[in-house]
Amino acid sequence: MPRIIKHMQVIEDHWQMLTLAEGETPEAVALPAEPTLLPLAVWLLRRDEIVAAGLELGVWLDAGEGPEALADDLERLPVIGVNFPKFTDGRSYSSARLLRERYAYHGEIRALGDVQQDQLFYMRRCGIDAYAVRADKDIDKALAGLAVFSETYQAAVDQPQPLFRRRAAHRQEAA
Amino acid sequence: MYRYDSTDQQLIDERVSQYRGQMARHLAGELSDDELRPLRLQNGLYIQRHGPMLRIAIPYGMLSSAQLRKLAEISRRYDRAVGHFTTRQNMQLNWPQFEETPEILAELASVEMHAVQTSGNCIRNITSDHFAGVAPDELVDPRPYCELLRQWSTFHPEFAFLPRKFKIAVNAAAQDRAVIRAHDIGLEVISDERGEIGFKVLVGGGLGRTPILGKVVREFLPRRHILSYLEAILRLYNRYGRRDNMYKARIKILVQALGIEEFARQVEAEWAHLRNGETTVTDAEFDRISGHFEPPAWEALPVEDPVHSARLATDKAFANWVKRCVHAHKTPGYAAVTLSLKAPGVAPGDISEAQMIAVADLADRFSFGELRVSHEQNLILSDVRLGDLHELWQLARGQRLATANIGLLTDMICCPGGDLCALANARSLPIAAAVHDKFDDLDYLYDIGDISLNISGCMNSCGHHHVANIGILGVDKNDEEWYQITVGGQQGNSATIGKVIGPSFYAQEVPEVIEALINVYLEQRTASERFIDTWQRVGADPFKARAYAGRDRRRTAKVAGKDSNIKEIVNA
Ligand code: HEM
Ligand code: SF4
Repeated sequence: MPRIIKHMQVIEDHWQMLTLAEGETPEAVALPAEPTLLPLAVWLLRRDEIVAAGLELGVWLDAGEGPEALADDLERLPVIGVNFPKFTDGRSYSSARLLRERYAYHGEIRALGDVQQDQLFYMRRCGIDAYAVRADKDIDKALAGLAVFSETYQAAVDQPQPLFRRRAAHRQEAA
Repeated sequence: MYRYDSTDQQLIDERVSQYRGQMARHLAGELSDDELRPLRLQNGLYIQRHGPMLRIAIPYGMLSSAQLRKLAEISRRYDRAVGHFTTRQNMQLNWPQFEETPEILAELASVEMHAVQTSGNCIRNITSDHFAGVAPDELVDPRPYCELLRQWSTFHPEFAFLPRKFKIAVNAAAQDRAVIRAHDIGLEVISDERGEIGFKVLVGGGLGRTPILGKVVREFLPRRHILSYLEAILRLYNRYGRRDNMYKARIKILVQALGIEEFARQVEAEWAHLRNGETTVTDAEFDRISGHFEPPAWEALPVEDPVHSARLATDKAFANWVKRCVHAHKTPGYAAVTLSLKAPGVAPGDISEAQMIAVADLADRFSFGELRVSHEQNLILSDVRLGDLHELWQLARGQRLATANIGLLTDMICCPGGDLCALANARSLPIAAAVHDKFDDLDYLYDIGDISLNISGCMNSCGHHHVANIGILGVDKNDEEWYQITVGGQQGNSATIGKVIGPSFYAQEVPEVIEALINVYLEQRTASERFIDTWQRVGADPFKARAYAGRDRRRTAKVAGKDSNIKEIVNA
């Protein structure tokens, strides 16, 4: 069974990611019975059908697809994937932050695609809490990427207070 | 200047460990060349023509003498005892060993320095006025704002992989000395009618192959909102900036595509969600950072120093140096001094190990142990007593740091070009040397007066040629080096992009063409005109006619962008 990082540890995981193959269309693609992350287009077209069938399904957002499209569906989605088509494509960091900070999404946000050790710290800060590390990389070693820095300057999902507010608090305590 | 507290230090130390680990994984075969590239670039390490190049961050150009001594030591132990200052107020080492770069970063960390985000598609070093804190024409000291932005942009989790690099500059003076309109974001510190400090925010400037000047996206932003407002801009850019074509990936292209009004509307809409949140900067934080930029212990001195005035009257060489290299200071009895890194026979912006040590000593002796790097690739001692100028001049002369050419033709901004840079179309250093040779008579240079001449080895425009009165751009035609000349650009408050005067020239022709342009100016100027004023008054035609007079017009080259080495460019 494939393994992912979740809750700061490596675990086995049964979710799959559906991508449309050549010739497949969102209208016609077969809905899998096992837990699967669907492309946004499939979800948007066939939401009623999916909900009615009671399938355990989530959605994944490609880098160019913002979370706006899912704003009304969040309660129904236990998992939302955010795709990183390339290591250096940073759009999904914004998507993840928006999901958490603007849309108050509390389910799992899973990083998919070109996910490697050296992005994990930033991903975590942006509210991603599950990481499907690239299959050719050593996922146990990658875990170290979550804890590179012990402090952070900016406010983000993991730490809503920027360092300057916390520094001030420390100074007051010390005084 | 800003000193790290234990948290700042810990973060930089952890960064060194992270990088060490990445290099170890690379050497162990766990990270391929391609996978290492974005990681090493965000630590300043490029692979260039002759091997690695390391770009060290000098935030808004501020250095202590101890830091400069460390740079000297690093240049000797890990490089060829020479460093190069860049237009982003950084330092580049051109000959480090790949495997030794983690050691270099650890050495830097020991003096509160780093190479974080000096390359890559992230927020780069924040630049500012090299006279910050001492300029008579400034509203407030811009450096606390620069430092605030440095901390905010360092390891920003959302904006580490933008479509392209992102450069921010801050100016707080009446005269813009930071070229803020040539930046992705330019911030001008201003105060509103009630005296509240804030920023005029410009966006979408940049040089490169599509030079564009930034446009105002907000006339006044109270200072407490600066971080949330920038997050709104960066988020729009991160999400909607083009990623399909690296030449169209800078924010200037997005701003152009949307139009500044629509761009501003979208920024406001995004910002509406972010404003007044935790990221709103507190007065306590402004005060904390400002505390690091308290003025040094200036003495109460008379406005004039009689000994200094007497020397000016009797020593012509000294007086010339004072005229070009000594600048007004807001405190009576003090001056700011530029140490010229533009001596003949030296690559513009280069500094030897021995000079670094000498400058550190000069800073300790004459300027409270601090100095600045200017984007014109010179060094500044910001707080020198008038009575010390003569001695400082003599010592600087001994180090070849007192060429009295600041603001003159030979004070060229120049990129490393084809001698060192893998992206170059042509060499730029020999052109700079030829200009020095042709214009070696200081009296003639003084007669020509204020003028800027900048040189870039390719369209990436690292040498700021677009904003020079005379800009020289290396182009490549059938593997031959040609040079395209632009005239009429300028930096400062009336920043202008220069205009191409016509087909390119052979390297050998360039000095003659410059001379031709200057002759037109000398013949046509009125008593008070600088080169740029005459150009604006009489127009391009006489300059063009003279530049091409007697030249074989068939030997022309098109502006050819050499698109090799794309991968390195993507992250450069
Ligand atoms: C030798 C290694 C260097 C490489 C590979 C390099 C690469 C590049 C590239 C690819 C660009 C174009 C970016 C774009 O248009 O998006 C650029 C722009 C620039 N570089 Fe460099 N550069 C180097 C050295 C320097 C040096 C030595 C300086 C300073 C003297 C410098 C300062 C700049 C500036 C000011 C720009 C223009 C920024 C803008 O487009 O707004 N670079 N560089
Ligand atoms: S302008 Fe071109 S040649 Fe010069 S340093 Fe930049 S990339 Fe290299």
